Amino acid sequence: MTTADAAPAAPLTTTPFVGVDVASGRAKKKLTSRWASLVAVIIAVLWTIPTFGLAISSIRPQGDIQDSGWWSFFSNPHVTLDNYRAVLSSTGTGGLGSYFLNSFIIVIPSVIIPIALAALAAYAFAWIDFKGRNLLFICIFALQIVPIQVTLIPLLTLYVDSGIGGSFWAIWISHSIFALPLAIFLLHNFMKEIPKELIEAARMDGARHVQIFFRVMMPLLTPALAAIGIFQFLWVWNDLLVALTFSGGTSDIAPITVALANLSGTQGTAWHLLSAGAFISIAVPIVVFLSLQRYFVRGLLAGGLKG
Amino acid sequence: MTSSEKFTSMLEAIGLFVAIVGLIVLVASRFGGRRGDRVVAGVFLLPTVVLVLVGLVYPALRTIYYSFYDAAGSHYAGLDNYKTIFTSSDQITVLRNTVLWVVITPFVATAIGLLYAILVDKAKVEALAKAFIFLPMAISFVGASIIWKFIYEYRPDQPGVKQIGLLNQVLVWLGGSPHQWLINSPWNSLFLVVVMIWIQAGFAMTVLSAAIKAIPEDIVEAARLDGVKAWGMFRFVTVPSIRPALIVVLTTIGIGTLKVFDIVRTMTGGQFDTSVVANEFYAQSFRSNNQGLGAALAVLLFLLVVPIVLYNVRQLRRSETR
Repeated sequence: MTTADAAPAAPLTTTPFVGVDVASGRAKKKLTSRWASLVAVIIAVLWTIPTFGLAISSIRPQGDIQDSGWWSFFSNPHVTLDNYRAVLSSTGTGGLGSYFLNSFIIVIPSVIIPIALAALAAYAFAWIDFKGRNLLFICIFALQIVPIQVTLIPLLTLYVDSGIGGSFWAIWISHSIFALPLAIFLLHNFMKEIPKELIEAARMDGARHVQIFFRVMMPLLTPALAAIGIFQFLWVWNDLLVALTFSGGTSDIAPITVALANLSGTQGTAWHLLSAGAFISIAVPIVVFLSLQRYFVRGLLAGGLKG
Repeated sequence: MTSSEKFTSMLEAIGLFVAIVGLIVLVASRFGGRRGDRVVAGVFLLPTVVLVLVGLVYPALRTIYYSFYDAAGSHYAGLDNYKTIFTSSDQITVLRNTVLWVVITPFVATAIGLLYAILVDKAKVEALAKAFIFLPMAISFVGASIIWKFIYEYRPDQPGVKQIGLLNQVLVWLGGSPHQWLINSPWNSLFLVVVMIWIQAGFAMTVLSAAIKAIPEDIVEAARLDGVKAWGMFRFVTVPSIRPALIVVLTTIGIGTLKVFDIVRTMTGGQFDTSVVANEFYAQSFRSNNQGLGAALAVLLFLLVVPIVLYNVRQLRRSETR
């Protein structure tokens, strides 16, 4: 496949013998690339159909969803927005509206707080000399491997004892803590890439660390901050374990993932609510992701993935 | 809580946080010069160090401690909880499933990701083609589980009853009879693993695709002039060149798979012998109220992650020194 670009120019300048050779090579190329395309299309279809089926179901009437598969929509198209209306309302049995709101309430501070704290810490590790710097940095780096499961029960006890159990505070603080080690590590790497001369010149001019941090670092680090911000957004929005542990599952603070997981566990699955609810919960990260994909891929390649 | 109360509470939190950061900046800006460096570093690091000590180090030590105590956390139980994990038949099923997940997911997801990355490399519609595989990564595990539960949905095989799950409908079209995919162990675990592969293949593809594009053109050209065919190119040029990326992808997916909880909990709730260590931790800690066993399972998870991370770090070091 990769020869396709180079091949066309060759026959013009070479002898007929080589020309034949190139031509036969190209024929072979086409053959393999036809199979390659077929395999690629099969994978792409397999990967898309599941989501597509759910999307179609979410706009079919409840009765249709229960009686026939989503593929019969094409021979018998009934479109309705009732499922979305039911799911988005804050009242009624299927109303998930308040859970959606909770997801937003949870995600905004949970992205801002750890990234701001990590930026400060990463700056100290990258550009301030102090005793024990390397040791402390290695300790924080190493904390990345602690699975959050190990921390949940003692944290829950701490929250309950200090009176913030079952409130947004418990979830905000938890997400912030869990994000710190990786965010510090990534931001430190990004900050280290900034030329030393730039910082030293600023210091020579009498700039203090705070000024360097805000006037030099922040503008240069915007793409890195965006990448980490998207990661943290997706992580928090899609999280189930932390929310389940600290929210108690009430519509007061539980996010949409908890509501959907509970709805999916009940008997006689309500597919009309599940499909519409799942689809909205999916749509938010996909929009964020598509509009900021550039940064996301960069963050991914910088080694940013936690779990 | 009303919506406006929720918003007020969020704004309060952000306001408080901004005030704390403002205080840090204010203190730090009063100190200049080399001597002030320690103070600035101190205030910049203070919130992080406090949060990490209280929120990660202390809880982890506490959990290790509890793993040697009984269900209520009141009597010392030695290694009993660990013995239970490796001897009780329920827990052995959990371990078996975890092994199944961790052995299958990274390799299959990486293989599919690599295959796809090579197939669409330099194709006209590469960006679009990649988006199809990549999108499941943005979807929550809960969302993905619902999507796949719908695929596996089963309706009894009776006249007049139509299948609404795609997989069973395909079986019916092919002349077979529908099947309850999520009931029979150990096969049901494999159908859950499919969901994880579906999510992770996009991650593998993205990282490996970038690695493939970074292979120097002259190496590829030299191999081609030597008459290396497609398979040889893959075996002797592509794979060795992207080895570090392959290791990172395999280990990252491996670690993610070890901790998988959402998929099992949403699709089967751990019933029908599908539980894995991370799900069993949650079930024992919060549903069965067996604190000791839950803690031991969390520690086990920790111990399983460590060697993978160490291997990863060692490989990275080796590829850097080369």
